[in-house]
Amino acid sequence: MEKKTCLYDRHVALGALMSPFGGFIMPIQYSNITDEHNAVRQHCGVFDVSHMGEVRITGPDAERYVQHIFTNDVAGAPIGQIYYGMMCYPDGGTVDDLLVYKMGDNDFFLVINAANIDKDVAWMQEHTEGFDIVLDHQSEYYGQLAVQGPEAEAVVEEVLGLPCKELKFYTAKVAPLSSPEGDTDLSSTANKATEAPSGAVGGAAAPIIISRTGYTGEDGFEIYGSHAFTQQCWDKLIESGRCKPCGLGCRDTLRFEVGLPLYGDELSADISPVMAGLSIFVKLDKEEFIGKEALAEQKANGVARRLVGIELADKAIPRHGYAVLTPEGEPVGEVTTGYHCLSVDKSVCMALVKTEHAKLGTELLVQIRKKTFPGVVVKKKFYDKHYKK
Amino acid sequence: MATFQSGLYYSESHEYVRVEGEFGYIGISDYAQHALGNVVYVDMPEVDDEVTAGEEFGAVESVKAASDLIAPVSGTVVEVNEALEDEPELLNKDAFANWIIKVELSDKSELDNLMDVEAYKAHCE
Repeated sequence: MEKKTCLYDRHVALGALMSPFGGFIMPIQYSNITDEHNAVRQHCGVFDVSHMGEVRITGPDAERYVQHIFTNDVAGAPIGQIYYGMMCYPDGGTVDDLLVYKMGDNDFFLVINAANIDKDVAWMQEHTEGFDIVLDHQSEYYGQLAVQGPEAEAVVEEVLGLPCKELKFYTAKVAPLSSPEGDTDLSSTANKATEAPSGAVGGAAAPIIISRTGYTGEDGFEIYGSHAFTQQCWDKLIESGRCKPCGLGCRDTLRFEVGLPLYGDELSADISPVMAGLSIFVKLDKEEFIGKEALAEQKANGVARRLVGIELADKAIPRHGYAVLTPEGEPVGEVTTGYHCLSVDKSVCMALVKTEHAKLGTELLVQIRKKTFPGVVVKKKFYDKHYKK
Repeated sequence: MATFQSGLYYSESHEYVRVEGEFGYIGISDYAQHALGNVVYVDMPEVDDEVTAGEEFGAVESVKAASDLIAPVSGTVVEVNEALEDEPELLNKDAFANWIIKVELSDKSELDNLMDVEAYKAHCE
């Protein structure tokens, strides 16, 4: 039985196509994927991403603990800084990819994938020994909206009344803001997960977190708050007419086009961050973290398979799991995600292939049903990101 | 809302056949194009290919997924709708006007296994 987010009734009322995703019943599309995709590229769209999981880590050893389970390096980070990275198994395989928000000294907010919540929380709990921390699983408390697109800043400021202009890319603030500077103490939102939400939008007691982050390749914000707050924000955004409701269908086409990975497709227990080309988020100069030795070895000696982009000459669409072959017909990998790319009108995919076939310009075939289609290895970013840094 | 057209033969997997003499025009129903959403690619067989009733002969791809096309009848492909190669969205505009393949029917008795519009309507409910 899938869970519902706090916006489920609103999705149904809007006539969304609802489908199971990551243990939740989620909106795939409201109108159609292409229109929603274009709304985010050109104007503004809002996504219900309340299915994402949240974990708060506090206590004297919180930073040391995050450093232990996370591949990126949060040491000495300013408060409000956000890091993307992975949790890895000792063999380098990926437990999950996640965002880590530094909310205060020894206070971190971790945002994990819906489908991995149970696995991740169990993994985190298994590795707390020797760390003086409080691990608070807050997924049940938080709703989350992603407001994305070139007009997102204006929409969030004017429709929701949440100041966000000064927020830099990959930083977060609590709202309401006691100071326009980034040095606001975000710790005030810690351990509020069990408190009743205040009700008023931006009410002083509500632990609201807003960050300049997203999963679309456009400028935008992610807003975490109580269910009541999330519902009020959603209603205001939809009523304003300035923000199109967008489903997970276009969330996938948007993230894919700009080469962002999805756990389960481009990352998994079998696909390490090094194989996925995400080494930049693996800080091997860090003293220690789970998976470091294996990932260092992969980095030094190379990996057997690598994630690549493949562009097809034809319009046929490669899909997850389709075989990738050499021109001679030898199987060398498989497609992880593929689409007819909406922003550039080409059929493209990401694929995990044997490293000797991963060089840019390599000619490969993709098996699509009964036929094979010629393609060429390209960078796995098919459309340029438009972040406001 | 999906529209239904009388005078056609329908399969459970939402293909239709419009029969003209010895030939059948095969396409997908309006109900099917609604369910698929934006069609972005139609994978069609080639002229002279044989299609067999109940077997896959191509696919219709929406943004999100590929759906197999199942032949409602058997026959030899004598024409494919080339307009769909450049404008697959024609299926969304008018699924009944934009057939996918034209086949020379090899066994007209297979039509007896298909539904008329009333039965198909009930099937879609």
